[in-house]
Amino acid sequence: MENQSIDREWKKGSAELLLLSLVEAVPRHGYEIGKLIEQRSEGALHFHAASLYPLLYRLEKRGWIQGRWVEKSGQRRRRYYKLTPQGRTVLASQRQGWRTFVEAISRITGVENA
Amino acid sequence: MPDWNEPIRRQLAELKLAPAREAEIVEELAQHAEDRYRELQSGGATEAEARRIALEEIGGHELLARELRAVERTEAPAPVVLGAASKGRFLASLGQDLRYGARTLRKNPGFTAVAMLALALGIGANTAIFSVVNGVLLRPLAYPDPGRLMLIAETSPEFSQMSVSYPNFLDWRRESRSFTDMGASRIDDFNFTGRGDPEHLSGEYVSASLFPTFGVTPFMGRSFLPQEDRPGAACAIMLRYGFWKQRFAADPNILGKVLTLNAMSCTVVGVMPPDFRFRESAQVYVPIELYDGGLLRTRESHPGIRVIGRLKPGVTVKAAQAEIASICSVLARQYPRTNAGHGAKVVGIKDDLVSSIQPTLLLLAGAVGFVLIIACANVANLLLARSTSRKREFAIRTALGAERGRIVRQLLTESVLLSLGGAAIGLLLARWGTSLVLTAAPDSLPRATEIGIDPYVLLFTLAVSIVTGILFGLAPAFLGANTNPQESLKEGARGAGGGRHRAEGLFVAVEIGLAVILLAGAGLMVQSIWRLMRVDPGFNTRNLLTTQVALSPTVMASPPSVRLAYQQMLARLAAIPGVQSVAMTSLVPLSGNDDESFFWPGAGPQPAQDQTNSAMFSIVTSDYLRAMQLPLRRGRFFTDRDNLASPPTVVIDEVFAKHVFPGQDPVGQQFSLMFLGPVRIVGVVGHVKIWGLDSDDTAKIRDQIYFPFLQVPDQFMSGALAGQTMMLRTGPEPLSMVPAVRAQVAGPTQDQPIYAVSTMEQTISGSLAERRFTMLVLIIFASTALLLAAMGIYGVMSYAVTRRTRELGIRAALGASRQEIVGIVLRQGMRLTAIGIAGGLAAAAALTRLMAGLLYGVRPADPATLAAVALLLGGIAMAACYIPARRATAVDPVSALRCE
Repeated sequence: MENQSIDREWKKGSAELLLLSLVEAVPRHGYEIGKLIEQRSEGALHFHAASLYPLLYRLEKRGWIQGRWVEKSGQRRRRYYKLTPQGRTVLASQRQGWRTFVEAISRITGVENA
Repeated sequence: MPDWNEPIRRQLAELKLAPAREAEIVEELAQHAEDRYRELQSGGATEAEARRIALEEIGGHELLARELRAVERTEAPAPVVLGAASKGRFLASLGQDLRYGARTLRKNPGFTAVAMLALALGIGANTAIFSVVNGVLLRPLAYPDPGRLMLIAETSPEFSQMSVSYPNFLDWRRESRSFTDMGASRIDDFNFTGRGDPEHLSGEYVSASLFPTFGVTPFMGRSFLPQEDRPGAACAIMLRYGFWKQRFAADPNILGKVLTLNAMSCTVVGVMPPDFRFRESAQVYVPIELYDGGLLRTRESHPGIRVIGRLKPGVTVKAAQAEIASICSVLARQYPRTNAGHGAKVVGIKDDLVSSIQPTLLLLAGAVGFVLIIACANVANLLLARSTSRKREFAIRTALGAERGRIVRQLLTESVLLSLGGAAIGLLLARWGTSLVLTAAPDSLPRATEIGIDPYVLLFTLAVSIVTGILFGLAPAFLGANTNPQESLKEGARGAGGGRHRAEGLFVAVEIGLAVILLAGAGLMVQSIWRLMRVDPGFNTRNLLTTQVALSPTVMASPPSVRLAYQQMLARLAAIPGVQSVAMTSLVPLSGNDDESFFWPGAGPQPAQDQTNSAMFSIVTSDYLRAMQLPLRRGRFFTDRDNLASPPTVVIDEVFAKHVFPGQDPVGQQFSLMFLGPVRIVGVVGHVKIWGLDSDDTAKIRDQIYFPFLQVPDQFMSGALAGQTMMLRTGPEPLSMVPAVRAQVAGPTQDQPIYAVSTMEQTISGSLAERRFTMLVLIIFASTALLLAAMGIYGVMSYAVTRRTRELGIRAALGASRQEIVGIVLRQGMRLTAIGIAGGLAAAAALTRLMAGLLYGVRPADPATLAAVALLLGGIAMAACYIPARRATAVDPVSALRCE
């Protein structure tokens, strides 16, 4: 129970950074974002749709990402999200913050040198 | 695939989101659920398992609602534009309608493409036909104040319109007060020599008053002076612009140059402006008083002269007609021998120019209108089908307070957008279609060079597309807007009201009905042409070459030398290997030309005009019977001994014999001919359909007289024998003989050209050109109509099968056989077809009467044609229904029921 809640807190802090990073280079739809998080973390991180989409909507409302319906032939239309210029600035500063944070933790815990 | 929308919507219900926002979230999450579901299934999960997991991940433990609440709660509901129609908001909302409409169409590219293509076909065909109608019938002629220009034709008991005798023209011009001026003209052929190879020119003899009457000033130089239009005056000529440009490379110093025409030295005094289109074949103009036919001064001859007059301002056509009529009656009293019974007819020159083609063009304009209505009905059905799937959208908008009118407007905006898109493609089709029409159009189509896409055509297309858009959008719009929001939301995306199906059925029936009419029209034309091709013209048309010849100026000097030159030419042509026989004639049957002569019984002087008869008159050489392979009924044909040294002879046709000598042997009888006096009949030949395969039976003048060439008196030699035609019966393919014929006609002096070379089969084909053109265009329209109607009934039946999946599934579950299922669907489709065919047949029976004038040997509303059309359409509709019917048999009862 305790572990679970820690996990959730970790995720919350890093989730915005994850989503922004994933749509930085190319626009992606929600399902693809969820799958990428799972694959690239080799299963360590997993977002359920119920939390992924509300988060996407929040980032969109803040103006960091922008969603757009795209129709491809023979498919149902999907909503693709891309990083806005404002989101790009936020991503840069969050990356910097995260790096500082991880380095600080590492220095204290010695994880990196272990 | 499971329905994801409903469970997701249930979860969101408590959030009370704006409907548009809710719909968006539902759509996105449903897509996600579907992706996940597929993934789970491919990983080996069962359907039920996969569905449960996918749904749980989306909204398990109300996580979704909780998370969303924090995000979405703060969001203001999407602004709802109510249907307030205040003026200021009208434009804004129109813009919104347009944007929304464009987006909707973009979202359904398949639907949009099919609808636009159908409309493009309809609008494009209409634009093409309209540009022809516009260019030929509507656009005013390119002369100053063209509405005042009148053609004044002579009339006689036999002819409602005939060429004018020159002395009559002079009298009309002198006596009339209704016209500012009158001019006369006469088409003729000219031999143009002295500049390289001899050339045959088409030209026109004109009175000096003609161009001033038109109100046209020359592009260069001047018009003819009155003193140049006098017998014996030095020859002055004017050139057509195109001829000056091509033949003389637009020589700026052409004025004053001397050209040799018919061995006359003629000085160029002017060049006509480029847009002068009167009788477009003429390349040169010569004063009419120089016409040396001996026929110009005689009141009884009507040598192809046309008279144009310009009405004085304030004078009506009726008043002018009355005045000319009174002048004619004075002339009839003064010259009863030539003028008794003759009158005159005043008609606008445009009406005269286009009157023969007008019924054809109006018929085609009507037919193409039907094609457009069919296209509209098709698109209306597509829209109806779509409006069912959009029912929820309208219901939501209505629930949010949109007025019904606003939704109707939105839908109409969409349909007008569709038709404007169709019109844009249609214009491209029309450009192509117009040139196609012009290629296929008969040469006789007047004003063909004036046909094109001009601002009026564009305006027409715009108007048609807007009206079309409203027309086909109206029913779907009203039926679409007429939804009860509660009902629609409750029953989901399925089902639709009875009004819709009735409208669909009606549209399909109308399409089929209109297709019946077009097919009937095309069928009747095909039958007419088919019958005409089988009409026996009275002679053998195969392997018969006709060519006009011009004589060398050197032999034109004396009548005997003309006679000799033609005889030598005939001998040279007869010696060509492959030529079986050759003859010369002044009148080629079926060529559209005619030449009549008055005759009266006995050997007395010519009685008053109204006591003479007219007959078709041909001057022929002795081998004419053999060359044409005419049947000889009695007596003999001419020989070379029928010459000036022997008493004048004629050969008549069987119609003349029956008409003038009923029950007697005509051979040996005598009668008198205008100009030629008493003649004796030496033979009777079969009747030739000179007037045309179709019109000869009903022509007023059907008697035919042949006169031997060698008996033509000297005084008529030069004039009456201009433009003679050689008829060559050949063994090999006639056109392969042309080089040899050209070489032999050229003669020792090498200055005698041939022109108007044709086979008799080509001439006959040309005589049917207008009908064939009408047939071709009607066939194209009818095939388009058939295709669209087949698409229409196929679409409606496919949709009906989808809609009845459950019912058909139940029937199948209860043991209905495949045949019974097919029968159910076919019956539904064929009922619509039968209604359409019945209505179409009734309409066709009435409407085909309008084309009676174009038909031959078949009555409008011909039962056989109508029956064939009904069968053809029935068969095609059956095939179009059979595909969905077959699909209906594949309905799996279990899954059909589970869909519920």
